[in-house]
Amino acid sequence: MNKLNLGLASAILASGLTASAAHAETLKFAFQGALNQLDPYSLNETFTLSALGNVYEGLTRRNENLEIEPSLAESWEVVEPNRWRFHLREGVKFHNGNDFTAEDVAFSVERLHGEGSDLAKRVGSDVKVEIVDDYTVDFVLPGPNPILHYEWDTWYIMDKEWTEANDAVAITSASDTTPNYAALHANGTGPFKLVSHEPGVKTVYEKYDGWWDEATHNLDGVEFTPIGSDATRVAALLSGELDMVYPIPVQDVKRVNDNAGTMAMTGPELRTIFLGMDQMRDELIYSDVKGKNPFKDIRVRKAFYQAIDIEGIKRKIMRDLSTPSAIMISPFLFAKSGDFERLPYDPDAAKALLTEAGYGDGFSVGMDCPNDRYVNDEAICQAVASMLARIGVTVDLNAQPKAKYFAKVLASGGFDTSFYLLGWTPGSFDSWNILDNLIQCRDEAGNGGAFNLGGYCSAEVDALADKILVENDPDKRDALIAEAYTLSNNDVAHIPLHQQGLAWGVAEGVELAQRADNQFHFRFVTKN
Amino acid sequence: MFGFAIRRLLQAMIVMLVVALLAFTLFRFVGDPVNQMVGIETSIEEREALRERLGLNDPIPVQFFRFVTNAAQFDFGTSYQFRQPVSDLFAKRIPATLELSFMSALFALVVGIPMGIYAGLNREAALSKLFLSVSLVGISLPTFFIGILLIFLFSVTLQWLPSFGRGEVVEVGSWWTTGFLTVSGLKALVLPSITLGLYQMTLIMRLIRAEMLEVIRTDYIKFARARGLPDRIVHFRHALKNTMVPVITITGLQLGSIIAFATITETVFQWPGMGLMFLQAVQNVDIPIMAAYLLLTAFLFVAINFIVDILYFVIDPRLRIGRA
Repeated sequence: MNKLNLGLASAILASGLTASAAHAETLKFAFQGALNQLDPYSLNETFTLSALGNVYEGLTRRNENLEIEPSLAESWEVVEPNRWRFHLREGVKFHNGNDFTAEDVAFSVERLHGEGSDLAKRVGSDVKVEIVDDYTVDFVLPGPNPILHYEWDTWYIMDKEWTEANDAVAITSASDTTPNYAALHANGTGPFKLVSHEPGVKTVYEKYDGWWDEATHNLDGVEFTPIGSDATRVAALLSGELDMVYPIPVQDVKRVNDNAGTMAMTGPELRTIFLGMDQMRDELIYSDVKGKNPFKDIRVRKAFYQAIDIEGIKRKIMRDLSTPSAIMISPFLFAKSGDFERLPYDPDAAKALLTEAGYGDGFSVGMDCPNDRYVNDEAICQAVASMLARIGVTVDLNAQPKAKYFAKVLASGGFDTSFYLLGWTPGSFDSWNILDNLIQCRDEAGNGGAFNLGGYCSAEVDALADKILVENDPDKRDALIAEAYTLSNNDVAHIPLHQQGLAWGVAEGVELAQRADNQFHFRFVTKN
Repeated sequence: MFGFAIRRLLQAMIVMLVVALLAFTLFRFVGDPVNQMVGIETSIEEREALRERLGLNDPIPVQFFRFVTNAAQFDFGTSYQFRQPVSDLFAKRIPATLELSFMSALFALVVGIPMGIYAGLNREAALSKLFLSVSLVGISLPTFFIGILLIFLFSVTLQWLPSFGRGEVVEVGSWWTTGFLTVSGLKALVLPSITLGLYQMTLIMRLIRAEMLEVIRTDYIKFARARGLPDRIVHFRHALKNTMVPVITITGLQLGSIIAFATITETVFQWPGMGLMFLQAVQNVDIPIMAAYLLLTAFLFVAINFIVDILYFVIDPRLRIGRA
């Protein structure tokens, strides 16, 4: 019934269009993955949050350059070191016509902490929310936190009344037999309303006329289709059926550019791809070296680092769509990143280091690598393996789908790896996230740096991280972060490889902002 | 008759159980579903809590028993990625797969039969040889490659037909969506139907050709000719009629495999059917969907075989004597 109406409506719309030819533009785009469900708190994943970010809004938002801007909060201030005050925007209405007030913010915090929430960390569980008046909210923290609001652009505010009326206060957990209302419907304050949503098939949005901000886009509606097959996705763009597709495989960039009417937009992504080494166990799980762990020796780690020809990987595998990195965070996200340099590529020095460490004849090591998670992940691992072969190290590559890879190498698999490739984007856009997740010491159960798979551990770095967490002064904080990176780089805690590139395919006449976090927001789009 | 049917039914049930067991154990090795259900930064405790809620920590036999008893009541659990009942999801996807399968079977018949007849009657003609070589291509090229080839020819270069999706669909009743009633829906059917039906078309063409060659040599055709009947009557009324029996049997059986193995075609054309959902489920380790799809496919084959067996039994009296 619904769909018949929709079909008729769009048919009428289409016929009306030719007659009046107003600025009625529908953007049609495809992404490789699906938007499985709409509850904004169930999955902490870039595409889901990005798609929902057109419908819902947070207290803050980020612009094309990822700078924090006021959104549902007009302004905020730190009234005491532990108390942040947010002044909410007045006159904002949800898509169902309800007013946005402080009640909704408090409710959203509560729901965010509910069972089954995947975004609970957006607001610490020890943070208290106090409603000052209808349009002022205080967040009381257990200690200072300069980056409290860094992730709030993807913590979306829900309408208390709507959520309660539709019995959707509890987040649909994966074991529930029926999804709740919020998993299939959406009611936000954002620039677009959700018209229909068929998970895995099609999602349709329409412009929200009552949006509080002035629209810079000229779209009337947006149609999203997931297209899993790379070749089909690119073909659909080339044939003119779609206005935008992403990602496009690096090997198709040229073809998209050569085709009349389409072009590839490329740019660096925030994600850092790096290699990690088990420095924790006394003997590697996957190696022919028995009784000791070669990666405990910094000379071995350094040898591995210097054996990798990062420019070669950039040129041959990434087709120039990568930026070699010297630290574990994107240069966009850290002001002092220019101070760091990679160790030079030098196979002879690497070989000498290995000999010095007592491995002149080399050794063998098993390497774990995903093959469907990052851009050309398996090819990068193969290249690394062949580069290491040149200094006498035999790599047994175990490349597998992400579902198996992560089950093996993460805590749930007991950190079952000796040498691995991983990519990381700090969700908070800040270095503390890197230190917290990737560099801080952890125990065998994974407490501490839970994604520090190699178990690098430095008391000095940990002490710095604790200081960084509570330092409110940006300059002092940056200096502390730089110190932490210097220490971990000197230890060769990880081998940073590169920032992988983004490649989006866009039809002629469509202008949009390509954000380095790979989020696609319709409010930055114009279509002629 | 009754005893035979019961015996067959029991066998069918054993087959289903074995498939269920296979499906269930196989999918334990696909990977950890929890990683696909949460973001990378989700804490270890939360992951563990989720495993517990999903019952992934229960012993395998307990999980299997739960799976089979639920499946017997057509309850395939809740999809991990969509968080909806799997039976509802399949119900929504079935129309797309059935329409595609029907169209590709139709294509295989409508194109395959005339080609086969022609090639059978004019075995030395150049056109027949062309048909044969083309059909060789149809059999030897992988499905996804044919699909991509068609997309690049008809969508990208000529821009005649859409490269993905079902186009505009119309809801008929509350349980069926159809692409047959809109222009874009019909256009969207063309390329995937050809891709999926090409193999069957080739099969039918070669089958008919071989049967025709066989039949043309038989005595009754010679007699028919001797009686002075025109070629048209001989070819179509006498010869073709007798070649059709095996063709119908094969087509019936092949329909099952078309439905079941539409996965690749559906993936290439982003056709929102069951096969596409299955492949997406494999990537996301959505075990309930994978298991249900495998069971459904097995059920389809078991059911077809069961019906065929019963039909043979009804049609062929010799079987009855032997068994009773």
